[in-house]
Order: sequence, then C-alpha cells, then structure tokens
Amino acid sequence: MSTSTRHIWTIAKRELVGFFASPVAYVFIVIYLLLTGFFTFMLGFFFERGEASLAAPFFFWHPWLYLFLVPAVGMRLWSEERRLGTIELLLTMPITPWQAIVGKFLASWLFLALALALTFPVVITVSYLGDPDMGAILTGYLGSFLVAGAYLAITSMTSALTRNQVISFILSVVVCFFLILCGWEPVTRPLASIEWIPNWVIRTVESFSVMTHYLSLQRGVIDSRDLIYFLSAMGFPLFCTGVILRGLRA
Amino acid sequence: MIKVSNLSKHFGTKKAVNNVSFAVERGEVLGFLGPNGAGKSTTMRMITGFIPPTAGTISVGGHDMVEDPIPAKRLIGYLPENAPAYTDMTVLQFLGFAAELRGLSGEAKKRALSRAVEMCFLDTVLHQSVDTLSKGYRHRTCFAQSVIHDPDVLVLDEPTDGLDPNQKHEVRQLIKRMGEKKAIIFSTHILEEVEAACTRAIIIDRGQIVANGTPAELKARSETAGAISLRVLGVPAETVKARLNGITGAKKAAIVKDDPAFVWARVYPQAGGLRNGELARAVADVARQDGWKIEELHTEEGRLDEVFRSITLPDTAKGGQQA
Ligand SMILES: Nc1ncnc2c1ncn2[C@@H]1O[C@H](COP(=O)(O)OP(=O)(O)OP(=O)(O)O)[C@@H](O)[C@H]1O
Ligand SMILES: [Mg+2]
Repeated sequence: MSTSTRHIWTIAKRELVGFFASPVAYVFIVIYLLLTGFFTFMLGFFFERGEASLAAPFFFWHPWLYLFLVPAVGMRLWSEERRLGTIELLLTMPITPWQAIVGKFLASWLFLALALALTFPVVITVSYLGDPDMGAILTGYLGSFLVAGAYLAITSMTSALTRNQVISFILSVVVCFFLILCGWEPVTRPLASIEWIPNWVIRTVESFSVMTHYLSLQRGVIDSRDLIYFLSAMGFPLFCTGVILRGLRA
Repeated sequence: MIKVSNLSKHFGTKKAVNNVSFAVERGEVLGFLGPNGAGKSTTMRMITGFIPPTAGTISVGGHDMVEDPIPAKRLIGYLPENAPAYTDMTVLQFLGFAAELRGLSGEAKKRALSRAVEMCFLDTVLHQSVDTLSKGYRHRTCFAQSVIHDPDVLVLDEPTDGLDPNQKHEVRQLIKRMGEKKAIIFSTHILEEVEAACTRAIIIDRGQIVANGTPAELKARSETAGAISLRVLGVPAETVKARLNGITGAKKAAIVKDDPAFVWARVYPQAGGLRNGELARAVADVARQDGWKIEELHTEEGRLDEVFRSITLPDTAKGGQQA
C-alpha cells in the first residue's frame, strides 16, 4: 500500500470506528431498511404491480429517501471535527488535507453501501416471484450507490462550512433537493411549456440533476456520460470541501 | 530545528502575530509566555502548519512549513490548546490512530503505544471512552498522542493546563528530560514552570516579542534582582531605613513590612555600585555596628512575575484585545 492509500484507510477506519461506537449507526440502518420496505411494499405497490422489476417500486424512491438520510450520515463529517477542535490534530499530521477529505468521505460511503447491500431480501423476493432483468437490478444498485455518493459529497462540503451539525444538515438537504428538482419531470415539464425559455436551457439545467442520470441507469445501460456526471458530482463538492477547509484557516 | 523568521498573522485588520523571529535548537526548551490573546497559540498553529502565515517563513528541521509541509510535520509532535481528542474512541484506539498516521505499524506501533501510555500514566483508562475521561486525563491522552512517534520537535500549547499538582510536576520533569534531546516549545501561564523546565523564555505581548532570554537573564531584569532583604528585630523601621540608606554603593533602601515585632527591609543595588556579595556584607556590617538582631538576610534573585508584569502590564492596561 502506498502511504497515501494507507493514510486514507487509517482515516476511514477511524471514522467507521467512531460511527459504530455509538448506537446511531445501527439505528440508522434499521430506519433505512424500514423506510425502504415501507416505500417499496406500501407506496410502491410492489405486489399489486405484478411485474418482476425493482425500478418503479424500489429504486424510484431512493433519491428521495437519501435526501434526508445521507445528510444525516454526513452532517458530522467536518462540523464535528471543527466543534471538537480535532481538526487541528488531523491537519497537523503528516498527511495532505485531501487524504483526510477522501478518507472521511469513503468511510461514510462505505457505510451507506452496507445499508444498501442489506436490502438484498428485496432482490431475493423479486427473483423468487418472477424472472427479473438482473442487469437492470445491478445498474439500479449502482445508480443508487452513486446518488448516495453525490449527496454525501455535498454534505461533506456543507459540513465543512459550519461547526453546527443541524445547519450542515439543512444546507445539504436544500442543495440535494435542488439537484432532484431541476431534472424531475413534474418540475421540468411545466417549465418546458413556457415559451420564452429556450429548450437548451432546460436541457442544460436537467443535465445537472441526479434524476436524469439516475433514471438512465435504471434502464439497465451504463452510459459513460452518466458515470462522468456522478464522478464530477462527487469530485466537485469534495474539491470545494478542500477549498473551504483551507479558507477557514487562512 | 525550528527557525521562525519575521512571522506575522493578521486576522482582518487585527495583527495577532506581528513580525516574530526566533530559533530553537535541539537540546533547548523554549518557554512561551504572554498575557491572554498575546498570540502564543496563533504562533504555534503556524509553526505546526495548521494555519498559514500572512508573512514570514517557518522552517522545521530544514523543511519549509509552507512549501514542503509533510516532511516538516513528520518531525513535529503537537499538543493543541484545550487538548482536543475524538470523543467517540477509546484512549487506546485514539493513540493507535495517531500512531498509524505517524506511519507506525506492527511491533513498532505496539512499542510506541506502551511507551506513550507509560509516560503519561494512562494504563488505567486505556479502554475508557475519551468522552468520559476527566479533563486531566483527556489532556494526558492528547499529550501522549503528541509524543507517540518520539518526535524531534515538540510544540505544546499549555501542556500542564488542567493537571493536578503531581501531574504538573511529572510533566515538567518530562519536558525537561525530553528537552535534552529534542527541540521543545511550550506555552504556559505558570511562571514557575519556566524556571523549572526552560532553558530559554520568550515573552510575547500583542503579537510582538518583548523579552527573550534565559530564565536567569529575565529574572535579572526584575527590579528586586540582586537586592538584599533582611528581617530585623526590635529596631524602629525609620532607624533601619535611615541606616541602610547610608550605605554607599546601594541605590536605596525600603521598608517592605513594618510589623510591631520585626521590620522587613530591602536594599536595592545600584548599577555599577556594590555587587551582590559586597552589598550583603555592607548590610551585615551596618547591622553588626548597631547590634541589630537579624533573623534573616538573603539576596533576591528577582522574580519572573515581576518582570512579566512590568513588561506586559502597561500594554494590557491600554487594552490588550485591541489591534
Ligand atoms: N481565527 C481567528 N480569527 C480572528 N481572530 C483570531 C483568530 N484566532 C485568534 N485570533 C485573535 O488573535 C489573538 C491572539 O490569539 P491567541 O489564541 O494566539 O492568544 P494566546 O496568546 O494563545 O492567548 P491565551 O493565553 O488566552 O491562550 C487574539 O486576540 C484572538 O482574538
Ligand atoms: Mg493560547
């Protein structure tokens, strides 16, 4: 392992140790699973639909669920570090700030991946009941994982802005909500019908939305444009996190 | 090991640190003194690379802290003010984390851990959550973190804050002992600590260095340094004062305390006049001639708190918090 990966791993490990030291992590997973179950079977009419697909009943809700759950996981990333003053320890260690940023981000992402992986009974159920398109399910999971990553990166950025976790939570919910709305059909369709807004403007705004790219992954195809979108949707806020942290100290 | 040149830090219009230069070599323990808000912590944060300076350079072990921070940071152990620590870890996990970031693993890590734990007397709380530690123990935990990699340079911001008297003593001894092989900077508000552990002290006030020297040199700047204090029985204060004022080669005599039972008097030396021993002999001669009953007679070494006050008080009175 290179020094850089080792540092990132050490920081990620610390983050996970801290997370699982309190009951919060377990409570979170339980809430997450209960909510996905509720949305899938109650609101998603999983059984009533009578089709062997997870896109509509299961994956459809993920960006909305994550809207609150991901900021709840990530809000403490840097704000807690600032509140405790441990940021002074962390950033005077022989590591680069981006190693710390990436390590913390990865730990939380890994945690979200674990929660997501625990939804596997849904997959078992659907393949027991019918013959689903496994490819679409896989890309669906990939999309869900990437949306969580994008939200998390945004939360990392907002948590660097303040030492108050609640403010960090609210800020990231607002930003993530915007990323959903700007590509959500019920919002974009009425906008498109307004004549004086050129079409390309709507298309551009839409392309910033996680929804556009998330839905395209649901269809079972991995388009490099979607991957590039998600990579930048994670990279840019993480980069901003670094800028904010540097600005704080100057 | 540490070289600070023309260091400044401005927060908006406030000059927290203003053109500070000094150097600390291996084998030196530098005490950092100054009133609240003087800029001690800010200077230390710049030395450890936490905040970038507005102007000036910092070099640690030959590495520039701004240009080449990683090798410079590797040499430093740092105890920040208020001893922050991750509250959601146990003491052992926290120290292990610090050790790993310092590049220690396997046997080396184990050895480093047990050494630091022993040094800071943490063995009873190893598996306790940092959250539930008492203030002193949290301080010691953070201190242990700073020495885990046996660094060449130690920067300690108020290392004895919150410790009990025994621990304060231990930490002073520890700093003194480690100082023989390392370069150490520590800040404190306890002036005895400077005499107990430092080879040199800097007094900083409103961002500027106002005094720099060995504890003895600083003490010598005190008004009472070299003065002879004596306690006389059964002689009126006025007589004592008049007689002592008659000594040629002394600056003046003063009555420190006039008690019905005895008189405390002090004779101040004159620059270029009688030296320490001579002054004491001259005072003793007067006492013998007059047949005074002397209970005590000694030469004052001077006091750091007096020097500290005389250097920094006028400024604080003008408003230390103003830019
Ligand atoms: N981040 C900051 N933003 C604005 N001003 C700051 C900041 N950090 C420190 N200061 C100011 O810089 C000055 C020096 O602060 P510093 O913490 O270095 O003092 P100190 O000598 O450590 O004091 P103390 O003995 O109380 O610890 C203070 O007036 C403080 O208000
Ligand atoms: Mg301070």
